[in-house]
Amino acid sequence: MLVWSRPGRIALWVLFALIFGVLFLAPLAVILLSSLADQWNGVLPNGLTTEHYTDVVRGAAWNSVKSSLITGFLASALALVSGTWAALSLRLQGPALKRLLGLLFFIPSAVPSVSVGLGLLVAFSHPPLLLNGTIAIVMIAHFVLISAFTFGNVSAGLARQSPDFEQVASSLGARPTYRLWHVTLPLLAPYLVAAFGLSFALSMGELGATVMVYPPGWVTLPVSIFSLTDRGDIFAGAALTMMLVAATLVLLLGLERITKRATGA
Amino acid sequence: MAPRCRCSSRPPTRRCFRKTPVSEAVALRAPAIRREPGKFWIVPPAALLALLFFYPLALIARQAFLDDSGVANAAEIIRVLHSRFFLNALINTVTISVSATAGCLIVGLVLALILAFVPFPGSGFIARLIDTFIALPTFLVTLAFTFLYGSAGMLNASLMETFSLPLPPVDFLYSTWGVVLAEVTVYTPFILRPLLAAFSLVDRGQIEAASVLGARPFRIVRQVILPAAIPALIAGGSLCLLLTVNEFGIVLFIGAKGVITLPLLIYGKAIQESAYQVACIIAVVNIALSLGLFGLYRFAAGRLGV
Repeated sequence: MLVWSRPGRIALWVLFALIFGVLFLAPLAVILLSSLADQWNGVLPNGLTTEHYTDVVRGAAWNSVKSSLITGFLASALALVSGTWAALSLRLQGPALKRLLGLLFFIPSAVPSVSVGLGLLVAFSHPPLLLNGTIAIVMIAHFVLISAFTFGNVSAGLARQSPDFEQVASSLGARPTYRLWHVTLPLLAPYLVAAFGLSFALSMGELGATVMVYPPGWVTLPVSIFSLTDRGDIFAGAALTMMLVAATLVLLLGLERITKRATGA
Repeated sequence: MAPRCRCSSRPPTRRCFRKTPVSEAVALRAPAIRREPGKFWIVPPAALLALLFFYPLALIARQAFLDDSGVANAAEIIRVLHSRFFLNALINTVTISVSATAGCLIVGLVLALILAFVPFPGSGFIARLIDTFIALPTFLVTLAFTFLYGSAGMLNASLMETFSLPLPPVDFLYSTWGVVLAEVTVYTPFILRPLLAAFSLVDRGQIEAASVLGARPFRIVRQVILPAAIPALIAGGSLCLLLTVNEFGIVLFIGAKGVITLPLLIYGKAIQESAYQVACIIAVVNIALSLGLFGLYRFAAGRLGV
């Protein structure tokens, strides 16, 4: 405790509530309110309605929910496999190569997502790899952007793991494949689940690269929200944003429960 | 008589049958693990990364520096780098990211100090709630700010109603400051997280001793707490600089004509004008800026152990 006087503490708490309220609580509350607003001309909406949600579920917006979920799931699954693979095989390298490759695997997280999209457009707009205008290029963009995060999470998990279990398994005669499946991966499981959850959340909210490469039939949620608000349909945009937030939070909470059960915490 | 174990030149003793202790097994087996032909397992993920990320990146650089016939096009590069739209975007990007990072550092420090040292019931829950903002899309905040501070937003409507003003008095949202405020909201959790971790290691006894000896809270913060927080502030701050230089969604959603940053300019040139070469030249500058900040972040985080 830093401040002992009661008035001082209360003043600080009021300051905290003010900052927290203005920066974090008000935005979420106001998005929720506007997604339910009938008309909003004054300080508060004139009435409440669930019309925007039914519109969103009925219309083309529902397709973008599906596109986002499928893109997020496939890109995260691929990133999980390749990130785990990279982190595990990096341990077998010499120290110099390990440092260099570790850095290279992190770099996609530092490059602006718009540039990642631009690069994919420049590279894959002509044969032999003509991917421009396909769904695959959206998946690739998401995969590239989230792969660094999965790699980072899994590497952190590996670094925290004591090597004893694997070495004991190996000294008892476990073959490398058996050791990987029955010792290393189960021990890593909580980190894999966390990495998958973070990847999925990042993919659901990805805008910069997607807006560069998406084909007409595969509009993800953020792109859809942008085109709705750009057209002035901000209530529908808010309703769709709430669905994005809800999907992300449900996913993260669910994965957290799984992780807790797995680690027995 | 058949030897019962390898050391049978001597009469069999209990020593022959002992199990290898774990520590010795480890010592014996370690070279065996290294001898496994595992070095090449790195090739598939590295090849995937090279094809999908580094190859496109190299093509951006190629398209920026060479024209279609493969000749260096210095004139075009100089024209773009001296153009008004590029310089404006560069100045905007730097102004916004430096101001937003400063804002994040101040807000993050204040929030972290209160959460860690003047805790209230539920402060742990609030800290985790702020953490989840990391997972939410950045443009959400901009959309919310439109409802809060836009020309027909709640703040303007209530001010106009209360003071019967003819025009909306608050008009900062569609400017650089609107973007900065939105970025402060979005990126403060990235400062808060390492700060709370650093504060959890500060010795509470030291603070209590200082306070018993009569030091005022401000002095304790300056002399005891801040020195412990500096590594976290530097690492968090350089991460914030990196993320705000690359921020796209917030600026796109604000949609103000005057607020064009480098990522937005790349999008505009490539998608709206189909000027790929100009887009690539700007992208090279943006990527170089980001990689420089990434290097700073890695250096700070590695050096300071955050």
